[in-house]
Amino acid sequence: MGNVLVWIVWFLAAGACLGSGIAVVSLTNPFYSALALIGNLASLAVLYLLLAAEFLAAAQVLVYAGAVMVMFVFVIAYLGGRADAPWAGGSPVMQTAAVVAAVALLVEVVVVLGLAWGDDLKDSAEVSDSFGSPAAIGELFLTDHLLAFEITSIVLLVAAIGGVVLGTTHEKGRP
Amino acid sequence: MSGPGVGWYLIVSAALFGIGSLGVMLRRSPLIVLLSLEIMLNGANLALIAFARQLGNLDGQIFALAVMAVAAAEVAIGLGLIVAMARRDMALDVDQASVLRG
Repeated sequence: MGNVLVWIVWFLAAGACLGSGIAVVSLTNPFYSALALIGNLASLAVLYLLLAAEFLAAAQVLVYAGAVMVMFVFVIAYLGGRADAPWAGGSPVMQTAAVVAAVALLVEVVVVLGLAWGDDLKDSAEVSDSFGSPAAIGELFLTDHLLAFEITSIVLLVAAIGGVVLGTTHEKGRP
Repeated sequence: MSGPGVGWYLIVSAALFGIGSLGVMLRRSPLIVLLSLEIMLNGANLALIAFARQLGNLDGQIFALAVMAVAAAEVAIGLGLIVAMARRDMALDVDQASVLRG
């Protein structure tokens, strides 16, 4: 019974995920695209929960669907009508080439995964209840992955400074 | 095995990556390109987390968190660039922003 429930939740989340992903790419109003991406991120958080990644699901909703998307919506509101993105792409040749390249990329991913498929991917490992909990992630971050943790903080600092520099107006040097 | 196996998650992950790359290559608005990039990064994240669960190893989740932080940084810089483009009255079209082309 619980098994069936997991499958139902999985299909709903995966369907919402793919549907909202297609909506993000195909809508012409960037505001609706951003809203669709919020739905995409929320349904991905459900998939993360099914994969025993509680902390990442919470971080996904807080950091992504919360903070990052608020930035997006602010910029779209700032740009107003200029942000509208009609479908007009490049020449038909370029559009066809883009579709072919995207499909080729997808085929590559599938082929690589198929080649790497082995017996160790048949059954998933047994994990304890603390797998993916904030405590387990925090402990790993402060022991095995301390360097990655520190570099991540530097990346965020540089990005914050870069955002301020890009957003500053230079009265004299302004072209 | 209760629930879907890792293969099902990888199918969704690859499909998300394909949808995102289609958006990056087809659309001309830098805003939509950034949103599509987020979809690609999330497709990769889903694969990382699925493998972390499959192998019972938390390293994949740590990597996914690092990807999230890089995505946040990328959005901050990308949106800064878009606002700077709009301030200079440039068209919001990635095909026309080609001054740096060699």
